Amino acid sequence: MKRASAHRSEQASAGPEHQGPAESRAMARTGMAQARTGAMLDTIGAWLLGILWILPLLYAVWAAIHPPAYATRFDLFAPLTLENFARAWDAAPFPRYFLNTFFLVTMVLAAQLVLSTMAGYAFARYEFRGRDFVFMLVLLQLMVMPDVLIVENYRTMSWLGVRDTVFAIGLPYFASAFGIFLLRQTFKTIPRELEEAARVEGANGWQILMKVYVPLARPTYIAYGLVSVSYHWNNFLWPLIITNSVNTRPLTVGLQVFSSSDQGIDWSVITAATLLSAAPLLIAFLLFQRQFVQSFLRAGIR
Amino acid sequence: MARNMKMSDKDAGAAMPRAPASPASAARAMKAVYGWLLLLPALLLLAAFTHYPAIATLWHSFFSTPKGRRPAVFVGLDNYQTMRDDPVFWRALWNNLWFALGTIPTSVALALVMALWVNRNLPGRGFLRLSYFTPTVLPMVAVANIWLFFYTPQYGLIAQVLGIFGLPGVNWLGSRETALPALMLVSVWKEAGFFMIFYLAALQGVSPSLREAAMLEGASRWQYFRRVLWPLLMPTTLFVLINALINAFRLIDHVVVMTRGGPDNASTLLLFYIFQVGFSFWDTAYAATLTVVLLAVLGLAALLKFRWLDKRTHYQ
Repeated sequence: MKRASAHRSEQASAGPEHQGPAESRAMARTGMAQARTGAMLDTIGAWLLGILWILPLLYAVWAAIHPPAYATRFDLFAPLTLENFARAWDAAPFPRYFLNTFFLVTMVLAAQLVLSTMAGYAFARYEFRGRDFVFMLVLLQLMVMPDVLIVENYRTMSWLGVRDTVFAIGLPYFASAFGIFLLRQTFKTIPRELEEAARVEGANGWQILMKVYVPLARPTYIAYGLVSVSYHWNNFLWPLIITNSVNTRPLTVGLQVFSSSDQGIDWSVITAATLLSAAPLLIAFLLFQRQFVQSFLRAGIR
Repeated sequence: MARNMKMSDKDAGAAMPRAPASPASAARAMKAVYGWLLLLPALLLLAAFTHYPAIATLWHSFFSTPKGRRPAVFVGLDNYQTMRDDPVFWRALWNNLWFALGTIPTSVALALVMALWVNRNLPGRGFLRLSYFTPTVLPMVAVANIWLFFYTPQYGLIAQVLGIFGLPGVNWLGSRETALPALMLVSVWKEAGFFMIFYLAALQGVSPSLREAAMLEGASRWQYFRRVLWPLLMPTTLFVLINALINAFRLIDHVVVMTRGGPDNASTLLLFYIFQVGFSFWDTAYAATLTVVLLAVLGLAALLKFRWLDKRTHYQ
């Protein structure tokens, strides 16, 4: 801000008073022309990058919907087929993987919402000694995520006897520092008058939370929910370590097992399987693009 | 409220003159109890799966790996000495630093350019935003599988395109010089769109009158960017840089799918090496020692981020 105004005064001193009116009009015209060519260049650059960026995905779609013979041969009239999807679907227990991922994502989100709401509310509205210190301890999880503590968490899961369960995939993520942080920030912005009004009407602490705070934090819940679902749908390393059977593997691990085992180099089938596993999220994203982007924004910025 | 409090204070004084706790402070104590109760479930789980394992990692790094009937024994700094003399560890650490150095500036710069473009009223803005952001939504495993095909020698897409121009094919993932850069490219493709979102948010908060004023004064677009936008975007840049740094050390899905650290450890990253030592060689003590190094790196990022978060929360 300061720099901007400094710049302005500099410019002003060297500005129009040194020029005649005709000159400045000519300058304005060339300025306009420059702006127009600038916009043109911008458009071209933006589109080139845009096409380059979407190309890998478009190519994957191409390979998946054409017979293997056309995987690297581009022919506009190549026959379309869903054969690759059918073969992928039959070659590995994808329905089971979908079910596992669905359970995992639902379970993690439910636990996270309940725990983060309670903790976020406590941090936002209760005052007690040691609160800020505990909050710092919670925030520590933003850097030291369960993702990197694989060796010790594996040991803990073995000790609990829950190795190779969907529950064990989700458990380390139930308490989410990110969720607690987001909800605390949101709850803090809700005016206390609303809480006091509810209290006058005889609501207790729990009712106030459920009737005042939670409904007003709806956008945050949606934002957090989308981020959490896409994170756990895509999570790979921890599920890879903690599961080793068809009945517990989520999609990402299933896909890896499928494509690294005896599929040889049938890329069309592998690409079809890849798209299949990303499809629900991708379709949801295409349908609710605006909400997705808004959610990531809200979750990231707050 | 205030009148109520006074009343109850007086009542309490009359009823039990010597009791140190008035109802007001009792209420405060109750509130503290409720506060702790609300925190308890989350704190227990956090302690069990974040704080305890972090400390246990450090603890176990001073012991040997239990084998069969032989329990772990205290070995002091032996594991650290092994690590100091382990060329693969140094390879992994250097690779990871190169990986961070190669991906972070590129993806952040691309993210900024993308955000500047999407923020303007260019034709096809919807398509552009979609195309930049879509890789972010895909699972890294899926992305890695798609790119694996591109990189395949002879048969893969890149080889075919090079073939058209009569250029010799390169075994991108199979040669030591190109394996790590090939992974970097995948990472940049996947992450730039994610960081774009943060810049986009920041740009939408910049008042358009600033731009108008700058243009009126005859500032070039570059001057406007350099003198106005860039300083305004500084907090966002810091935030994105720290996140990118954490991701560079945290995400190894593409290594698992595409190279498994090879060839000859040319593309191994620190977490991947931990994964290998811990779950292929089952040397848990040494894996713990390596994790301590990773935690130190993340701790450094944490320090930076806390400073940043502090600044942010003061505004609110």
